[in-house]
This record gives sequence, structure tokens and C-alpha cells, in this order.
Amino acid sequence: MIITIVIAVIAAVLALWVAGIFNALVRLRNGVKNAWSQIDVQLKRRHDLIPNLIETAKGYMQHERQTLEGITQARNLAQNARGVGDSAKAESGLGQALAGFFAVAENYPDLKANQNFLALQEELSSTENKIGFARQAYNDAAMQLNNKIEMFPSNVVAGMFQFKAAEFFEIEAPAERDVPKVSFS
Amino acid sequence: MFELIRSNKRRSMALMFFMLALLLALGFAIGGAMVPSISMRTGNVDEILDHGLIFDPAPGLIGMGIAFIIWAVQSLVAYFQGGRILLNVSGAKPIEREDHPQLHNVVEEMCIAAGLSKVPQIYVIDDMAMNAFATGRGPENAAVAVTAGLLGRMNRDQLQGVVAHEISHIMNRDVLFMTMAGIMVGTIIMIAEVFLRGLRLGAGRSSRYGSSRSNKGGGQIILLVLALVLAVLAPILAQMLYFACSRRREYLADAGAAVYTRYPEGLASALEAIGSDSSPLEVAARATAPMYIANPMDVQSRSAFSPFATHPPLEERVRILRTMAGGASYRDYQAAWSKAGGRAQMPASALAAGAVPLRAANPESGAEAPERKRQMRLAGDLLRKVNQYIFLSCLCGLRVKVPPQSAGQTLACPRCKRALQVPVAQAPAAAEGEIPYAVAKEMPPLEIVHRGQWMTFNCSCGARRDLAPGFEASQVQCTQCGREIQIRREPGV
Repeated sequence: MIITIVIAVIAAVLALWVAGIFNALVRLRNGVKNAWSQIDVQLKRRHDLIPNLIETAKGYMQHERQTLEGITQARNLAQNARGVGDSAKAESGLGQALAGFFAVAENYPDLKANQNFLALQEELSSTENKIGFARQAYNDAAMQLNNKIEMFPSNVVAGMFQFKAAEFFEIEAPAERDVPKVSFS
Repeated sequence: MFELIRSNKRRSMALMFFMLALLLALGFAIGGAMVPSISMRTGNVDEILDHGLIFDPAPGLIGMGIAFIIWAVQSLVAYFQGGRILLNVSGAKPIEREDHPQLHNVVEEMCIAAGLSKVPQIYVIDDMAMNAFATGRGPENAAVAVTAGLLGRMNRDQLQGVVAHEISHIMNRDVLFMTMAGIMVGTIIMIAEVFLRGLRLGAGRSSRYGSSRSNKGGGQIILLVLALVLAVLAPILAQMLYFACSRRREYLADAGAAVYTRYPEGLASALEAIGSDSSPLEVAARATAPMYIANPMDVQSRSAFSPFATHPPLEERVRILRTMAGGASYRDYQAAWSKAGGRAQMPASALAAGAVPLRAANPESGAEAPERKRQMRLAGDLLRKVNQYIFLSCLCGLRVKVPPQSAGQTLACPRCKRALQVPVAQAPAAAEGEIPYAVAKEMPPLEIVHRGQWMTFNCSCGARRDLAPGFEASQVQCTQCGREIQIRREPGV
């Protein structure tokens, strides 16, 4: 009689413990999903802004047709990319194309004085920042989930319910990966 | 991140309990010392003579209860209305996304970086001093307020640093804690003050009507001495604790800003600029001072350390941020802080977080003088818009900003002396730079003819309008149909 009660209590405690770990895993996985959707929102916003940018810049930059076409191409590529790894690669390509465009735009004072262009530039650079910050948040969330999945004892529960490790959002462009040098002069 | 909040919470709880104990002890001692002396005046001298030597806790408990009620009422008001009161006191006005897209973007960026799910309401303060504060009792109903002076003079990276500092305050629940601790300190000071003043008054009276001290029992005299000591010491102790806590949280918010922006230099140069600005914020009050990014009141003492300062010296904050080499994590901040002579430790959980790489400066942030001028003008326009000014474009090209009191009147243009009719309820004419790009597409079809430096607009209603070369407003109203036409200047003209 006592033994049955002891076993029942142990079983109940064990079940609660497993449930607790399971819930923690689910919470982390949802965190990763949420962080990813945040990146997604910002990437979509960037895709939506680019036609506006091209439209505004076209009149001023007849001689930069190649730059503009490059952006459009990079955008289409990024829009059709599927999966974390692929879209990370395509998006960083788009980011580089945009950076190149804004560098060229420095040579067009008329364009730089255009109110639409200024508003778009602010929107795009802000979107760029948001992508960066969202990527950081996503990678943090992914690391938390992966740690939980790999570490004992939660790895047992994770294996039981087949939790999959999240993919990191890596930066493909070598230029972006370099540690920036900051000088305080 | 959440560990940090939890450890903060534990620490603040301990501090609050200590201060509450201090308050209650003060209440008890004062109650014990004062209440019988009041009943004495009503005439029950014999009874007190009989019972004076026996310690009776009832008066002390009454004093404690009164102290508690005073504190509780103030705290409840502050908890539910604190944010609104603070915003009202500082004259902050809410703004929308269209009013200042850059500020809005920067706040959104920092929310994403901090993992704050709800973007706080943004306010501007009509003051040319440079400062900012955060308010609200939790991340769900937070608000961020910046002064017009800050908006006008900060570049994007600096603004980001300041906003990150404020978001960091919100994430660490600093606003709620500092408000509550402030109320506690205020109550302690108030009760001590009333007691000491009352004692002086009582002493004057008793010397006139003969000494009543002999009527008091030994227990009461002890309580009286205790009350005196507490009334003198408790306010000082509570204030020192409060200010130490405030400074600590400023350091933490600075560290958080570095983590969020990954660019400590942004906040460092912003703090430097704020330090070089000597105008005090006129709308700030002593109670609201810890909420600001830099002490808004004692501008001169901003660089000096004092146990009664709400903020650490600005120079030291800048120096710490600038010595953060190699990374932007809490650990890097701690290392720089210890190097600067800081003894305090940050919560262990914050230090355990992973390394955070630095990022490069924002290319736009090296803005030149004309850009700065435009930024100042935008900040000024934003304030006028918030204050319901009316923007009119005169035919001579001058953009006239009319205060709302003059609505419906006819004014002379300050440049060309042409009569201008100020509309009563104007559809808010967009100030320069505030036209959202989406609107441009929906403008009515119109023809633009260039004749030398002149431009002619053929509105779709058939009316024609000639614009002089000096006309620089971004839109013009059709004289016939009243339609607002956006002027798009073609390149190469």
C-alpha cells in the first residue's frame, strides 16, 4: 500500500517535472518563432520600400541604370528565397546593393535634397537597423532553445518530443562580419 | 535579460522593505512620544501619572498606522497616475509617427533590440534644454519623452543612445521603482519635518505654561529621544539610499544602452553634448529628476560626485562608455566601470550573458552644418505643430507659421506684406519633410510647365498658377478648387 503511494507520488513528481521542461521548451520555441516573424516583418517592409526608392531615384540617376537594376534584382531574389539560410544570403546581398546605391547617391545633390528621397532613406536605414537588431534577438532566442535542447537533463525531454534545434541567422557578407574598428579621437 | 530584471527586483524589494521599516519606526517613535502629550492637555494628568511608567504600545501603533496610511495613499496615486502626472508636470505633448519619423524609428529599433513588445508612446517637451525621460509603471504602459532641444541637436546615433538608455530604464522597471522609492523618501521627510516643527512649537508653549516634561514616564522619554534621533537621521539615510540607488540604475541603464545599440560611442557623445549644454530644464521638479537622462535641475553640479546626486558625474559616464573596448556587453561595461574606480558590481546574471560585438558608426551621423540647421528647423516645426500652429505658404515663397490664436484673422506676410487669410480649421498642412511618400502617388493629375526659373502649375480643375523662382514651400493650394498640390521639383531645372 505504502509502496504504491510512494511510486504514485514519484510518478506524479516526474510527470510534473517533464511537463515543466516541456513547457519551457515550447516557450523557447515560440520565442524563436516570434523573433523570426519580427525579422520577417522588417524584411517585407524593406521589399515594399524598394520600388518607391527606385521610382524616386529614377528621374535623377539616368546614368546609374545598372545600380538600380541591381537593387531590383537583389530584391526579387530576396523575395523568392525560402528558408532561414537562403534568405539570410539573399537579404545580405540586398543589403549590400542598397549600401552601394546610397554611396552612389552621394554624388547627386538634387536627389539628396528631395524630400521623398530623404524620407525613404530614413525609412530604409531604420529598417536596416531593425533587421540587425531583430537578427540579434533571433540568434539569442535560437541559442537559448538550442542550449536547452542539447543540455542535460532537458535534452531527454527534448528528444522524447522531438524538438529540433533552430538555425542561426548567419551573416554571409564578409564585410559585415568584420569587427568594426572604432576610434575615439 | 530577464535574470537581470529579477535580480533587480529582489534588490529593490529589500531596499523598499528597509525604507518602509524606517518609516514605520519613525511613525512609532513619534506616535509614542506625541500622542500621550496630546491627551495630557485634555486633562487626564492623573491617569498619565499612574500609567506613564508602563510602556503602552497603543500610541506608537497609532503613529505607525498614520505614517503607513500617508505613505499608502501617496503610493497608490503615484502607481496609477504617476506617469500621467509626470508628463503633465513636464508639459510633454504626445506625437505620432508622421510628426517625427526618425524619432519614431529610433524608438522602434530600440524596442526590437530590447525585446520590448509594445512601442511606448512618444512625447516631446517644449524646451530647448537637452534632456529625456521615461515613465510608466511597466513595459506595457511606458512612455518616452524627449525635449525639442535634444531632437534639434542630436545626430541619429546620439539620439539612438539616449533612447536606448530610456528603454533600458523601462526594461529594468526603474521608473516604477524610483517613483515608489521617491514617494517613500518624501513621506519620511514630510513626517520628520512635521514632527520637528511641532516639537519646536510645543517646546515654546510648554516653557510658557510650565514644564510638562516631568509628567512623562521614562519609556516615553526614551521614545521621544528615539523619535528625535530618527527624525533627524531617517531623512538623511533614506535620501542617501535613494540617491545611491538612482545612480546605480543610471550606470545600469548606460550599460543596457550599450548592449542594445552595440555602439557605446553614440550615448557617450550624446552625454558629452548634454554636459556642454548649460541651460536647465525649466519644467523639471526635484521629484522627477531621477527619471531624466541627466540631472535637469543642478546643471552646474552635473560633473561633481555627491552622495546626494541623482546621477553619476557625466564625465565619468562618458569615460566608462569610451573605455569599453572590444565589445558592448554588460561584462565589457563592468570592466570599464571597475577601471574608472567603480566598486559596485552588476548583477551576476548580466555579466554571464554572451559577448556582444561593437558596430560601426552610422554613416549619416556625421551631419554637416546645413543638415543640422534643417534638423533644428524640423524640431521647431514639430513643436509648433504639436501646439496647433498653422502653416501657411505665402505666394512669395515664405512659409509663415501662425499661432493658433490668430486663426480666422487676416495677417500681412512678413516678407512681401501680402494679406494672408488664416483659415479657422485648417486641414493640417504638412510641414516640409513631413509628407509621407505614400501620399505623393495619390495627388491629382496636373501639368507642370517650366519657363526658365518659373514654374506653372495647371491644376486638374483647370486653374493655372505661376510660381516665382523663390517659392520654396513643398506644396501650394489651388486658388480655384482649394486642392493642395504637392510640388515635385524635377531634376536639372
